[in-house]
Amino acid sequence: MSREDRVKTRTAALVGNPNSGKSALFNALTGARQKIANYAGVTVERKAGKLTLPNGEAVELLDLPGSYSFDAASPDEAVTRDVVKGTFEGEAVPDVLVLVLDAANLEQHLVFAQEVLELGRPTVVALNMVDLAERDGLTLDPAALSEALGVPVIPTVAVRRRGIAELNAAIAEAETHADEEAHTRWHLTLPERRLSAKHIAKAAILSKSTRHTIENGVDRILLNPWIGPIILFGLLFVIFQAVFAWATPFADALEGGVGIVSQAVTDTMAPGLVRDFLTEGVLAGVGSVVVFLPQIIILFAFILVMEASGYMARAAFLMDRLMAGVGLSGKSFIPLLSSFACAIPGIMATRSIADPKDRLTTILIAPLMTCSARLPVYAVIIAAVIPQSTVGPGVGLQGLVLFALYVAGIIGAMVVALVLRSTVTKGAASGFIMELPRYQLPRIKDLAIGLWQRAWVFLRRAGTIIFVATIALWVLLSFPKAGEGESQLDSSYAGAVADAIHPVLEPIGFNREMSLALVPAMAAREVAVSALATTYAVDAEDEDLAAEGVTAKIAALWSLPTALAFLAWFVFAPQCLSTIAVARRETNGWKWPIVMVAYLFALAWLAAGATYWIAVSLGL
Amino acid sequence: MTLDGFESGRSARITGVDWAALAEDEGKRLKALGVDEGAEVAIVHRGVFGTRDPLALRLGNMTIAIRRAHARAISVEAA
Repeated sequence: MSREDRVKTRTAALVGNPNSGKSALFNALTGARQKIANYAGVTVERKAGKLTLPNGEAVELLDLPGSYSFDAASPDEAVTRDVVKGTFEGEAVPDVLVLVLDAANLEQHLVFAQEVLELGRPTVVALNMVDLAERDGLTLDPAALSEALGVPVIPTVAVRRRGIAELNAAIAEAETHADEEAHTRWHLTLPERRLSAKHIAKAAILSKSTRHTIENGVDRILLNPWIGPIILFGLLFVIFQAVFAWATPFADALEGGVGIVSQAVTDTMAPGLVRDFLTEGVLAGVGSVVVFLPQIIILFAFILVMEASGYMARAAFLMDRLMAGVGLSGKSFIPLLSSFACAIPGIMATRSIADPKDRLTTILIAPLMTCSARLPVYAVIIAAVIPQSTVGPGVGLQGLVLFALYVAGIIGAMVVALVLRSTVTKGAASGFIMELPRYQLPRIKDLAIGLWQRAWVFLRRAGTIIFVATIALWVLLSFPKAGEGESQLDSSYAGAVADAIHPVLEPIGFNREMSLALVPAMAAREVAVSALATTYAVDAEDEDLAAEGVTAKIAALWSLPTALAFLAWFVFAPQCLSTIAVARRETNGWKWPIVMVAYLFALAWLAAGATYWIAVSLGL
Repeated sequence: MTLDGFESGRSARITGVDWAALAEDEGKRLKALGVDEGAEVAIVHRGVFGTRDPLALRLGNMTIAIRRAHARAISVEAA
């Protein structure tokens, strides 16, 4: 593209209140090809896509964060204000604004709409979700609204793709120049704007039946103080089942696929450093990334349906009281829920929390939610040292220990949140003010686009980090080369690191093999199992056989207090470089990731130590 | 009387908001949502058993969740 072409590409931006159906409209206008990045210098997502106008002109369309007012109450709203006003460095002021209004919420949405229109930028109004307005018994007059606002008004139903062609045509015909006189023409105060919004809305509503909205009825059940939480926990149970049970065959298949490629490389290439680098470094890295993909896609699918249907805000409503107990709000619930699959999407999901201190606290405690990478470690150790006895009808001791480990993580997170909120993230108790959007049947295509985007962002962000970390660890583990009869892990740089940390870990009952296993497990926790296999020289090609071999060795060589201490360690320890890297990215610096790593290691050491000392003194 | 103590389901007109009792961003958010002097609201749902926190307000065609602490800063009269 020449510079001249670049200058000619016009830009348009969607602006509107949250819950105005902006994202669905963005999907309808641009299709699946969207670019997701961050606005320069802030962790606010920038969504852009290409819009092709009827005359063939391509326009760059920006989906600005939903906003209630230019008087910004969150970083998202500040971005919207600055871009629309042309004061955001590095972003061109949009040539056309597409103002999205919820047809059923005109009186409220017209308040912000007037603020936008006062700028005098070329604007087209999309009167969105007219179908929901009809469902609520409202009949609207777009022509009257257009006359009152002085800009074209196009009725749309983004989720059903209605009115999209008309909107495209209106964008193409929009004025090419801003109204220079705008700032002298209107300037209303907030109460004036509200009053005029009321009048404009009244004039645009042709008829209004007194039909009851379905929200009241549905919310009476879903927000019921007794039934609501039961339904929510039932749903959470289903999600957990799905994430851990449904994903397994897909994860196994993906892992198998990587295994086949790895085997093919081993068969075709001559043994040596390059082959080892490919199989143990590159392919192992790819494997540890893709193995999480099925779980994350299933989890995201549930979260997207919950968000698009309007239920997510209700879940936050129901969880708010519990979260308030530790100084957080209902908005922290979703990021923490995601963290049970993996802390990386969880930390990325904290962007929906407007309050900076709330968000930081949530990021710092997210690694305490037991992510799925801990399961293989737990499974091997529990199988080795916890007897297969039952403690009650249908309750096995092994399952109980596993459950206790999950609970330990949750309680740990709550305690840490309390401590953080009264120390480093001290401040006024965070509030919980949010709009509960109306219920809507999500459209499959919008869900698919959302799912694809989130999976791609995960693969790109987490993937590159895990990948680099795995390769770096491979280097640490492979050099310097071991001599005849020596263990490679022992004589590598990683071995030297393990020797250095071992004196610190010895008092809490860790033997040298455990210290050794912790180093490669920094790439991904489940690697601890194969690392133990290597140190115990378990000779098995297959991972499952290796796990069996390790189980036998651990049962024979580790005392019960030592094994329990190892489990306690993994509940708290930040054994994951990717999480640390994502935390750095989301907090824009190293300060908070360092705080996170320091407190987690300290907690892990204390928890493992306490477990070990208590177990020993009990004579276990 | 404050909104917190107002009967659920009945329409209330906001007669004043003690902005000083709210954090700056919370005040901004409430204003932006239209929870301000003169607005008519009704409490439609109250939160989980025990503390009954948070609560859901009906304002026009919108449902807005706020905490009881916010509701205590909002003075109302029957509408």
